[in-house]
Amino acid sequence: MDRKTGLIAALFVFALSAQAQQRTTVEEIERYRQALGDGNPAELWEARGEDLWKQARGPKKASLEKCDLGLGPGVVKGAYASLPKYFADTDKVEDLESRLVTCMVTLQGFTREQAVKDPFGGPGKKSNMEGLVAYLTAASRGVTMNVAGKHPKEVEAYELGKKIFFHRGGPHDFACSTCHGVDSQRIRLQDLPNLTKKEDAQRAYTSWPAYRVSQGELRSFQWRLFDCFRQQRFPELVFASDASIALTMFLAQNSNGGVFNAPSIKR
Amino acid sequence: MNKKTLIVSFGVLGAVAAGCASMMTEEQKAAKALEVMKASFKENGQAKLDRLDQDDMQRICSLSEQKPLPKDVSDKLEKAQQALIKYPADGKLLGDWKSGERIAQSGVGKQFSDNPANPNGANCYACHELTKAEVSFGTIGPSLYNFAKIRGYSPEMQKYAWGKVYNSQAYTPCSSMPRFGHSGILTEQQIKDVVALLMDPSSPVNK
Repeated sequence: MDRKTGLIAALFVFALSAQAQQRTTVEEIERYRQALGDGNPAELWEARGEDLWKQARGPKKASLEKCDLGLGPGVVKGAYASLPKYFADTDKVEDLESRLVTCMVTLQGFTREQAVKDPFGGPGKKSNMEGLVAYLTAASRGVTMNVAGKHPKEVEAYELGKKIFFHRGGPHDFACSTCHGVDSQRIRLQDLPNLTKKEDAQRAYTSWPAYRVSQGELRSFQWRLFDCFRQQRFPELVFASDASIALTMFLAQNSNGGVFNAPSIKR
Repeated sequence: MNKKTLIVSFGVLGAVAAGCASMMTEEQKAAKALEVMKASFKENGQAKLDRLDQDDMQRICSLSEQKPLPKDVSDKLEKAQQALIKYPADGKLLGDWKSGERIAQSGVGKQFSDNPANPNGANCYACHELTKAEVSFGTIGPSLYNFAKIRGYSPEMQKYAWGKVYNSQAYTPCSSMPRFGHSGILTEQQIKDVVALLMDPSSPVNK
């Protein structure tokens, strides 16, 4: 199906769906996603990311092809489904984005400040990081989530992430768990996954990153957390920060056993 | 309120529930999490880092991890929160339900992306059904359709509705609902308007 026709067809399906209240939003988004089929614009980010991965960049004029994402230097396929994990070279638990920052610093010679600059795209601004994330996550499509939790630092990150998930604060007293710790809740018409429950966590986690039609951007999991905390009325979550990695560890491990299927497409 | 007793009594239960999974108590893990969060967030506009700090309610309810509190802890928390409710000086609890409906629809306010000069909304519809006209409503809270028609229009109900909007924790400890008055999300006049949306016989809520 040609991309434009696909998009129009999808929008039509979506418009019809507004009237069909007996159907759940999740089902509608699934239909919407299927209608787009192989016309997911995330492919554009994936292609740009692949170029960025292979391009010699930075002061050391090196590509990222020797970056070890956990399965060995340069192994891309399936790596994302095992992240976050403990890396001996940094003695830290890293998620995909923080691992990329490490590789951009060690292999390409960027400073950390340069590597974390522009983590998210916006109007008139493309993010290299989101391109790389699209390419590398796509390489785990169809792979079963298998995030390790054996190393003491992995255990620590999971426990920390769990506490952050339940941390109520700010003027609205919200925690992640306010919306995502109970079964079958809805905000307006949006179904909310209970991320403490295996099947919900599997369904939700394996669908990020996603191309957000409403924003015209591919959004990484780091962005998802950043934007959740904004709506939670918290201060701004720092990109690739320890709290963001710990929370990702908690959510990723809860999704173990699910089949990774992203970048996806969402409203 | 005896803050220490509250925390200790709940903390013991929390530690027992956690078993031997870790040498750290649940309180110690929470303290560590706060420390890590303080280093992982940055101020942006009106959202300062002190928003990560917790009062007793937030700390106790975080530790409970969405599970019910022990009854004695719950009762103490409820009492302490009830003492924090402020009723309007003029004694009038009902404002304009039409303005209340606009406040119930609006989800803006207090996010770092919001302009603090604009009035905040209450976003009631995000979680509650209120009127039949609005079909896009959430289910985190109960349906409030026919709120006063079912419960009555008495002054006691008006007072309850005010207290609930002002400080939800005073009636349901660890409720997911924000404390709109206590936390300064809505002004006194805005709360009057929202209470009118619930309590005014001419409000579409009661049609």
